[in-house]
Amino acid sequence: MSEDKQDKKVAGGPPWKKGGRGWKHKIQEDGDDLSKLQHQVDESLPCVKVFRKFQEELDAKHDKYENLVKSSRDLTIESKRIIFLLHRITGCKEETTEKLLSEASIKIKELQSGNLRKIAEQLQDEDIFYYLRSISPGLQEYVEAVSFYHYLKDNRLVGFEELQADLVFHEENDTSSKEDSLLSKQVLVPLPPQDYMLGIADLTGELMRKCINSVGQGNLEEPFQLCHFIQNIYDAFLSFGNTPGREFTRKIQTLRQSLKKVENACYTIRVRGSEIPKHMLIHVFNEEISENLECDLTV
Amino acid sequence: MTTETKSFAEIFQSFQKHIDTEQDLREEIRLIVRDQEQTARRILTVLQGVHQPEGLREIPAICEKARILFEDVRKHFKELKSKVPSDQYYKFHDHWRFVSQRLTFVAALTVYLETESLIEREQAAEMLGVEVDRTQGFHLDLEDFLMGLLYLADELARFAVNSVTAGDYNRPTRLAHFMSQLDLGFRLLNLKNDSLRKKFDSLKYNLKKIEEVIYDLSIRGLKPQIDPVTAVEENSREDAVGT
Repeated sequence: MSEDKQDKKVAGGPPWKKGGRGWKHKIQEDGDDLSKLQHQVDESLPCVKVFRKFQEELDAKHDKYENLVKSSRDLTIESKRIIFLLHRITGCKEETTEKLLSEASIKIKELQSGNLRKIAEQLQDEDIFYYLRSISPGLQEYVEAVSFYHYLKDNRLVGFEELQADLVFHEENDTSSKEDSLLSKQVLVPLPPQDYMLGIADLTGELMRKCINSVGQGNLEEPFQLCHFIQNIYDAFLSFGNTPGREFTRKIQTLRQSLKKVENACYTIRVRGSEIPKHMLIHVFNEEISENLECDLTV
Repeated sequence: MTTETKSFAEIFQSFQKHIDTEQDLREEIRLIVRDQEQTARRILTVLQGVHQPEGLREIPAICEKARILFEDVRKHFKELKSKVPSDQYYKFHDHWRFVSQRLTFVAALTVYLETESLIEREQAAEMLGVEVDRTQGFHLDLEDFLMGLLYLADELARFAVNSVTAGDYNRPTRLAHFMSQLDLGFRLLNLKNDSLRKKFDSLKYNLKKIEEVIYDLSIRGLKPQIDPVTAVEENSREDAVGT
């Protein structure tokens, strides 16, 4: 069967690529040799014994890393869903808002006791920084979702310590028999401050979207609040500069764009809000945004 | 309103403090690592003596010199150990990753020249003055250790060529045997597509180089008749069976 495939490839491929194919073929053979070798190696050789140990150790590390990547992806997806859910609040009545918020709160709790707990258990007794790159996208998305929730609920920025406190889990819940010995034991996902800040930078993107949506719903108060909030965050990020890492520089640029959009929105409301009917305003607004975007692109 | 802005300031100020302290720590680490790199270069320069025509006879003296310099290595790592918080090894690992690979390499080269055997991980850690296991504190990362061994293969391929030039026709055979063992070991590993994998891919060229040297020797009748390696191997096998 494999021969058939190769024949096809030879027939289809241009002649000058033959060399390349041959090389690939050789690699494959190498692979076969390797698997044979694995069975044939003289296990009594000292060097084989030594490297077997290395193999185990490396495989264990790689497996753990992959598992964490998976958990992180799940965490990202769930967090995105929570954010979408929270966007639905815009322009709702009081009671629906309450309902959506409590729904989001339940989802966040589920995420903590499910996915994040799993991550915490996997990271137990490990150097978190070794595996940080596998989980940091998930963590940032999570920070974004939770901080968005807190903003909508209490109109404030959630603190770093508060988020970290949510990520400490006590072991006694699921082990009833060993309860006594494990009572004091706890597992946690250490939240790096950098990831917290990057999550907050993402939050401003959501707030910008919320601002545009709320104008669409005819709410002319909210954009000003949001603008003030984002301005505060932007000021702080500017003061950090790019010392915390390369990612920050990129985030600051996006932040600036979001802020500009919101500021322009506020400007439009002030200048033309009184003369244009509310339902028309959103059109004016969208036009302006697309114009601005074009300008940004040309610059 | 006031409470809100105050908490804003608090949150960002504490982060500012965090990045400032981290920045300071990084500076300190960088200074120590720079010294460490200097030491690594010095050791390597000493060991380069073996490639000289007279070098083969001076191997013990060269190794002894290198061993003395390793004291500085241990001193620097001890200093580094006191700076890096025990649970944040991998946060700053990038700073000394390269130098510990380099040092593993020079340690492995020293051990090879002395005993013609592969350095053990424990041995390397001891020479560098670090721990083997992560849980015991500042340690030698496994991937760095393996990387160091691959650097060794690079160097030994060169050594084979130069030892022939210097008139030692026995050495390449022993080197080839050692390298094939190393290759066998590395083939057992399931490497990811990272820098270690890339370096491993070059091992086969080193092996090829040595085989070419042996080929050149054997077609000219310069290769010794009794293979020194297999003779030694046979002996040790019998010993192993006997015990």
